[in-house]
Formats: sequence, C-alpha cells, structure tokens
Amino acid sequence: MFIVNYIKDVFTALKSLAIGLRRTLFYFTHHNEIITEQYPDNRATLRLADRFKGEVVMPHDANNEHRCTGCTACELACPNGTIKVVTKFDITPEGKKKKAIDKLVYHLELCTMCNLCITACPSDAIKMAQTFEHSVYDRSQFTKVLNNEGSKIMEGVE
Amino acid sequence: MVEELGSNTEGDLIINVGPQHPATHGVLHLVITLNGETIKKVEPHLGYIHRSIEKMCESLTYRQFIYVTSRMDYLSSHINNHACALIVEKGMQIEVPPRAQVIRVLMDELTRIASHELWWGAMAMDLGAFTPFFHAFREREAINEIMEETCGARLTMNYMVPGGVLEDLHPDFQRKVKEFITLYKRKIAEYDDMVTGNIIFQNRMKGVGVISAADAISYGCSGPTLRGCGVSCDIRKIYPYELYDKIEFDEVLETAGDSFARYMVRIREMNQSIRIIEQLIDNIPEGDVQAKTKAVLKLPKGEFYQRVETARGEFGIFIVSEGGTNPYRIKFRSPGFSNLSALDHMARGSKIGDLVAMMGTLDLVIPDIDR
Ligand code: SF4
Ligand code: SF4
Repeated sequence: MFIVNYIKDVFTALKSLAIGLRRTLFYFTHHNEIITEQYPDNRATLRLADRFKGEVVMPHDANNEHRCTGCTACELACPNGTIKVVTKFDITPEGKKKKAIDKLVYHLELCTMCNLCITACPSDAIKMAQTFEHSVYDRSQFTKVLNNEGSKIMEGVE
Repeated sequence: MVEELGSNTEGDLIINVGPQHPATHGVLHLVITLNGETIKKVEPHLGYIHRSIEKMCESLTYRQFIYVTSRMDYLSSHINNHACALIVEKGMQIEVPPRAQVIRVLMDELTRIASHELWWGAMAMDLGAFTPFFHAFREREAINEIMEETCGARLTMNYMVPGGVLEDLHPDFQRKVKEFITLYKRKIAEYDDMVTGNIIFQNRMKGVGVISAADAISYGCSGPTLRGCGVSCDIRKIYPYELYDKIEFDEVLETAGDSFARYMVRIREMNQSIRIIEQLIDNIPEGDVQAKTKAVLKLPKGEFYQRVETARGEFGIFIVSEGGTNPYRIKFRSPGFSNLSALDHMARGSKIGDLVAMMGTLDLVIPDIDR
C-alpha cells in the first residue's frame, strides 16, 4: 500500500509542477502580455499622472511674475519645516511699504510630498511638479529657491 | 549576547538573522537559538528603524500627524490615514459627505488587495519561487497606477484628510478600477496554478508554524494571523466604521492555524475586497468630497480610540487630548508588533528552514512593528 501511495504522490506532485510550468511557457510565447517599462530608454515618452506629487514648484508667467504674497501659510502648514519664507518690504509707487517675498526657500530633502502647503496656500502660488529624478551629487543642491531671480508678484494678487 | 541569553546548554548555536537579511523584508533582527537544525528560541530585536513616530505626532497638529502614519505600515497607508481621519472626525463630530465615504472604502479595499498582492509575491519568493513575485507586481502595478492618478502618489498617499478626502476622484478612476477587476479575475487562477496548488509549496506550508486560537489571542494577534485559527476578529465586522456595516462581504475564516491557513485567508480576502469594490464602484454618490472644517482643528479634552482593519490586522490609535491643537499623548496599536511576538511560539521545535515560511505568512512590515 505504501508503495502505491508513494507513486500516487509522485504523480500528483509532477502534475502540479507541470501546471505551474504551463504558465511560464505561456508567458514565454506571449510577448504582448509583458508590461515592463523600458526606463530609462523611454524617458522621452514617459509621462507621469498629472497629480503626481514630485516636488513643490512656484509657477511664473511670461513676465516673470508669481502669485506669492509672502503670507507664510505654507511655512506654518508644513510638518517638516521644509519651506522657509524670507520676506522683505517693497516701497510701492505711493511711497507705502508693502510686504513681499524675498526668497521662498524649499528643502527638497525634507519634503514628504504631503500636499499640505499646496492646500494651505490662499493664492495658489505653489503647486506640485511631476518630476521624479531627484538624485544630485551634493546635498546642498536640494535646497532650492522657488521664486525666480528678479521676479515680482502679479498684479491683483492680494 | 551569549551571556545575556543565559539558559543555553552546551552545544547550542546562536545565529543572527538580519538586520540585513533578504528574508526579513526590512531591518528585522532575529537572534535564533538552535539545537542542530531545531529552533529552541527566536528573539526579535527591534529598534533599527525606530523613528519615534508617536513622540513626533505629539508635536504635530491634527492635520499634520496623518502623513506620518503613512510611513508606518506603508503597504496599508490609506487605511492608517483613514484611522487618523476617523479619530479626528469622531472627536470633533465632523460629518463626512457620502461621496467621500464611498471613496474611502474603495481606496481601503484597493490598498488591501495591493498589500496582499505584494505579500503573496514576497511570500513565494521567500520559499524560493521567484516568478510569482513579478506576477504579483503586475497586478499591484495596476492599483498603483490608479492611486497615482487619483492621489498623486504610489505608496504614501496622504489622501485622507479630516472631513473627507483631499481631491475628487480622477475622471478615469471608475474605468481603471473596472479594468483592474477584469485583469484580476483573469489572473487570479494563475496564483493557484503557480503557488497554491504547487506540491512543494503545500508541503512547506501545511502543518508548519501552527498556533492555537487560545495562544494567538493571548499574544494579541489580529488580522489574517488570528483568522487563520478560526477566530472571528475582522474589525470591519465587529466594530464597523465608515460604510462597512452596509456592505455585503464575508469574513474569511480558516481553522487549521498553520501557515497554509494564514495563506488561504489572505488569498480569499482579496476576493472579498473585489466583491466590496464591485458593489461600490457603480454607486459612487455625487457631491462634495470634503466636509467644511475649521482651519485649525482642536479635539476636545478627553480620550479617543479608533480601530480599523488594515491588511495585517487591527490598527488602533489612542489619543489623549488636552483640548489643544496637537495631541497630548498618542499611541498606536500596530498589528505587526503583536503578530511578530507570536513568532517565537510558532517556531519553537520546528526546523530553521521553516522559519522563513512562518515569517512570510505573518506578513511583517518592519516600520509598522518598529515605529
Ligand atoms: S509637500 Fe508637505 S512636506 Fe513638502 S513642503 Fe509641502 S507641506 Fe512641507
Ligand atoms: S506660497 Fe502661498 S502660502 Fe506660501 S507664502 Fe506664498 S502665498 Fe503664502
């Protein structure tokens, strides 16, 4: 009896292995089932989802103007101290002092892409960019100033 | 180390598995006492990825602390976030719009499937089968793509916020989820062909790592680990939150208490998750996705507890509030920690080769154990 069971076991075992191998053979012959992304060869055509949270950026228009008022709401909302708003005082044509940003310093290495700063910003001055290749040679390159050199606030944004 | 363990008899061998070991899926360190090939004791050593998350949360506001919990059990990050959102809503009596509730449940179940897929692949890989890993990742990738489109991230979504969800669903969401369901149903048979029915796999799982229901309860196990012993413990059934009391689904139970039972619970749970998604995907009500909340959230003075069912078991948050903008004390109850503590009991007396199989069926995520 033992021998019969033993042989039975061997046959069920072989059968289960064959069933598994059938799958392997199926993929071996069906190339269109393969879904591998050929990164980095497909970099030119690779597009990430529109909402992908890759990095905080500040969009500027053609006149090098942004929408940031320097209210520091983003700085307060950030859980990691990633954003530092450095403000200055502009003198308006009427001779009044007006608060504006000097620099919006962003530490990419501290950012967790949680989106809280974007939600907190009352004037939609910052948004998430779809970048993802963030490696650099030196850590200091992670510290970015989001507003462009010589940029100023758009007309009408309060 | 040798002195510390004390009671070893002559001839015992002490080996370290981890913290850098491919089978521990992270920085888990096990000190194993062996007698020949037989395990006498397994001692997990934690602390390699301790980030002091509970303490960190105490200095963050109720909006900010949610994102930290995505970094605990990163495979169930939606469900962790969900628990945080629920506890804040409970404390402040915020009414969540129906659309947001449905979205949340959909996301939770997609996360559960993605997590079980990853577990299935990793589990098979632990036992030496490399191909299933890629098959599992193919299905998981489809879910990740859905997440990426709607939530903007693949792993740490931070999509649930107090009062609802961050953004409305992506217009493609429904279509993609339906596509995924079709893909899943087409491919799930492969899982049985390749792994479940495989004779080598079955021989290595059946009767290995047995734990009785009483022991599992006393170790505080939850989730598939406890359901594999036949104990009903699905938080979605016993303490329903969100919509779970209105949805039809079965709690999956197996009775053997061995590795194979835990394996089958997870496989069958994926089918239940699909069932939940199928019920909801065509019935997403219109409306807001976020309730109006105050800019600054303050929980009233008191103690709050909220539990949810993650892919690994019961996840609980306990908050003591002094009425301020951040918690006075916060405590997480993570399923992985309790499940890991049962490993010693399971492994004693079995062979070292089976240890990896047992660890695989516990579905350990180290940052969840070690916060
Ligand atoms: S995404 Fe989050 S972590 Fe990053 S800067 Fe904004 S608030 Fe800070
Ligand atoms: S980016 Fe927005 S929130 Fe931050 S300082 Fe500028 S206007 Fe305020």
